[in-house]
Amino acid sequence: MRNTTTTPPVGPFESRDVSLWNLFSGYVLVGLFGFGGISASMYFIAVEKRAWVTAEEYTTTLALGQVLPGPGLMNTCIIVADKFHGLKGVLLSLIGLLLCPILILLGLVTVYDHYAYLPEVQHATYAAAAASVGLIFGMGLKLGKAIIKRKSALLFMTCSFIAIGVFKWPLFETMLVLAAISIFVGYKEIE
Amino acid sequence: MDVDLLLSIAQIFAKVSVVSVGGISVMIPEVHRQVVELNEWMNNAQFASVFALSQVAPGPNILLMTLVGWRVAGWAGMAVATLATILPTTILSVLANRLENKLIHAKWYLVTKKSLPPLIVGLIFSSGMVTAKATGLDALGLLIVACVAAHFYFYKSNPLLSIMVSMVVGVVAGWAGIL
Repeated sequence: MRNTTTTPPVGPFESRDVSLWNLFSGYVLVGLFGFGGISASMYFIAVEKRAWVTAEEYTTTLALGQVLPGPGLMNTCIIVADKFHGLKGVLLSLIGLLLCPILILLGLVTVYDHYAYLPEVQHATYAAAAASVGLIFGMGLKLGKAIIKRKSALLFMTCSFIAIGVFKWPLFETMLVLAAISIFVGYKEIE
Repeated sequence: MDVDLLLSIAQIFAKVSVVSVGGISVMIPEVHRQVVELNEWMNNAQFASVFALSQVAPGPNILLMTLVGWRVAGWAGMAVATLATILPTTILSVLANRLENKLIHAKWYLVTKKSLPPLIVGLIFSSGMVTAKATGLDALGLLIVACVAAHFYFYKSNPLLSIMVSMVVGVVAGWAGIL
């Protein structure tokens, strides 16, 4: 099967042999394999398994997707789909990514609602929530370690934590102001 | 179908998504503020269970928004919540892709790329705090948080595995009468 090739792709995107079906079925797998988010499964499918893009192209796309607002990894998926099949590819990629996970989730929720009275289910859910909180903090620590060298970075990190986490200010207005100040300071630092 | 409800869902989720650089985990505090505190569409316990369930299922993290929409307003709510989160940034992503070559060499792009991560990290810690509060963690819960966070930080761990192990710990602790 052509699909299982692991030779790195070459040439411009339009010339690569990535069919709509290849793209769609690939995204279905990205969704199904994506536990705790799709960052690992997207890399696995797009770079290693289906070889749509090279690791380098993927890194650039990833960075672009994560500078944009919204679900960062999905932005990356959308950008990759757009490179090969334009809006048609984008639409199919979204359906492929979301359809199976949504059905699985709703099945899970239905089963949960049915058995939610059981203490075992309550305790397991409680522990899963605690573990997810732990994962969020772990991710924060990892990302924080990478940026903490800059003094201004530490300051902005603390500001956004206090504003949103402690004071619970509205995200929209707070982020517009903080992002503007942060980008302004970033400019000054470069100059 | 409650059209007003759907419109407020659409407005809230689109607005959250458009300013949340850093993904779904960054959106949690605002979604909690809107859904639990301001509009009282669900309580803390329900929010915590939605959060936990969305983490256990495979797929993109946006499933959290999908499930909040479903809980608040059924199938229509689910569709509206998901689309409102995705649509604005889909348009932005496609535009960004088509302008990419101009973008990645622009100075403001480089500055933005460098300037936003600190804010994102602050928001991620906020998310941890808000979800911890909503879950109402006791000593065992805090222990699970600390262990999973440390494990994730020091090792390249599989998130689902951490969640599964914690669930077993939770059930066993319940049997032992600790939880």
